[in-house]
Amino acid sequence: MNLHEYQAKSLFTGFGIPVPASVPVGSAEEALRAAENLGGNSWMVKAQIYAGSRELSGGVKRVNSTEDLTAVCNSLLGKTLATPQTDGEHLPVNRVLIEQAVDIKQEMYLSALVDRDSETITFMASTQGGVNIEDIAEKSPEKIIHIQVNPCTGLQAYQCRQVAFALDLQGSHVSELTDIMLGLYDLFVYKDLTLVEINPLVISKENTILALDAKLTIDDNALYRRPDLREMRDTTQENIKEARALESGINYIALNGNIGCMVNGAGLAMATMDLIKLHGGEPANFLDVSGGTTAEKVAESFKLILTEPDVKAILVNIFGGMVHCDLIAEGIIQAMQEVSVVIPVIVFLAGTNAAQGLDILAQSSLNIETASDLTEAARKAVACAAT
Amino acid sequence: MSILINKDTRVIVQGFTGKQGSFHARQAIEYGTQLVGGVTPGKGGQVHLERPVFNTVQDAVAETGADASVIYVPAAMAADAILEATEAGIRVIVCITEGIPVQDMIRVKALHRQMGDNAPYLIGPNCPGIITPDECKIGIMPAEIHLRGSTGIISRSGTLTYEAVRQTTVEGLGQSTCIGIGGDLIQGMNFIDCLALFEQDSETEVIILVGEIGGTREETAAEYIREHVTKPVVAYIAGMTAPHGRRMGHAGAIISGGKGSAADKVIALEAAGVNVVDSPAEMGSTASSLLANSCNR
Repeated sequence: MNLHEYQAKSLFTGFGIPVPASVPVGSAEEALRAAENLGGNSWMVKAQIYAGSRELSGGVKRVNSTEDLTAVCNSLLGKTLATPQTDGEHLPVNRVLIEQAVDIKQEMYLSALVDRDSETITFMASTQGGVNIEDIAEKSPEKIIHIQVNPCTGLQAYQCRQVAFALDLQGSHVSELTDIMLGLYDLFVYKDLTLVEINPLVISKENTILALDAKLTIDDNALYRRPDLREMRDTTQENIKEARALESGINYIALNGNIGCMVNGAGLAMATMDLIKLHGGEPANFLDVSGGTTAEKVAESFKLILTEPDVKAILVNIFGGMVHCDLIAEGIIQAMQEVSVVIPVIVFLAGTNAAQGLDILAQSSLNIETASDLTEAARKAVACAAT
Repeated sequence: MSILINKDTRVIVQGFTGKQGSFHARQAIEYGTQLVGGVTPGKGGQVHLERPVFNTVQDAVAETGADASVIYVPAAMAADAILEATEAGIRVIVCITEGIPVQDMIRVKALHRQMGDNAPYLIGPNCPGIITPDECKIGIMPAEIHLRGSTGIISRSGTLTYEAVRQTTVEGLGQSTCIGIGGDLIQGMNFIDCLALFEQDSETEVIILVGEIGGTREETAAEYIREHVTKPVVAYIAGMTAPHGRRMGHAGAIISGGKGSAADKVIALEAAGVNVVDSPAEMGSTASSLLANSCNR
């Protein structure tokens, strides 16, 4: 689960990580009041969406007058925003953050995440803040400082000092960065994060270190023990259909093709999509029925797939383990009748009682074709979708 | 031979009397696994599925001489269960549970790293388990698709593992041992650990490696294969066509240095001499023809 910048910054404050004063608002009127309370005559207006690279798409702007403030708020609030990180989706801007503008002397980059390879919480820092950080990582990886935290000891101050000196920090900045990193580590552990990123972390003209941005991701598996964070979830930032699917225990992602897919298991679902593509078709979705394939879930999956108007055929690929294939076959028939599926459905069943399951399907009068292996299933689905 | 488990492996179930634990324990017993008991705190002294129930793993090990454990407890208690099995000296721990908080697993793995050579073999979490056909089944895989034979299978996915098994059974190759290592961010045994064991196993003649997008473990496996594996390896990487997700910031891309796509993995594996199949339907047939070729040589 992701958090908005304003939510992340309120957590930062609680863990002693300095941020500029700011107020989240939902209207231009509120924005004016917020700016007045913050004081000064220059503010940042920042669209609150679940994605990065906002500044590249006009989602982060500096304003120097109340007129501009109103205009920018009106141009963002109630609209949608797509950035290079939203993968083509447009996310609604329901709130903007009004923040004291900070004059920047130096920009840096600081993040922490769970690193698969070292199996630790790993900090990364760079003297090069800003949006080009990914390029730097690819072209000159030596410019990114990595620090792995031993889970038995936690992050130590000397490790923070190593980062500070590698960033060429001096004087009080060394201890300021140390405090920021120690705070981030505590936040990471106590709130079950998988990622926290500050880009940029800056030294201001007033010579103090501040987190200008804040992105964080919480481990979904740990939400059960973080009820305070669960309440911060903003479902307007999530794909409605994907969210509905998840409530039924189905992993669903819409794609652009015309062959609907219903598969149990994420790996097998990806493999089925690959196979469709390999045989010249285009999958309309990724759909993992996941553990415990029941007739209800099969019906719900058909409903989800049929919400995409372009779908011309549906490929069902179920490997029966715990659930027997004859029961799945009955579930498919029941669901097709219930949802009135008229487009062709191609089914490959494997595992426990697969032969009985395929027999049941072959005898039904519905628009079902069975296949005896994966390749045949994919070929038939591609052929059906092409006509 | 086989790897890690065989007919002499003595298995206990943690979460023995629960719904999942009971269901799969019964299946394992029917398969012929030496399932010697189980653990459910507070139910020690009872008998379940004609086997003794213990309060702690320590008690279970003392009474039954168990050397393997399978974990079906809920996610919130699963890391605790792994650590309890570790302390009790269990050699092979199979954690089926999915949804374990990642920081719980970081702590488990930190301890296992500290234990060095004394650390248990941990399989999973969030995996189907491990099976040596006709001898020992530890996990949730359907038994009847397996056939004792010469293929060693290592996979990050659940049902896709079964598909690899089914294909090698249809080909008549069969399997020496199949391991689903799971796809979580932090996991127990990885590809390399399993490859090393299969390389040494006299019964395994060909290895199928099933990977997927994300992380760089397939790339690391490719390095290892190039230097240490002499047996033929077939690989399939799921997710060539998978869509990109929305991202928060840059850290994920920075840590992987732009690597981890299916294409990167395929390139790395092919460079190491692995036969990478484009189609998931060709894992078994490719293994079969590789083996035929190596026999003719």
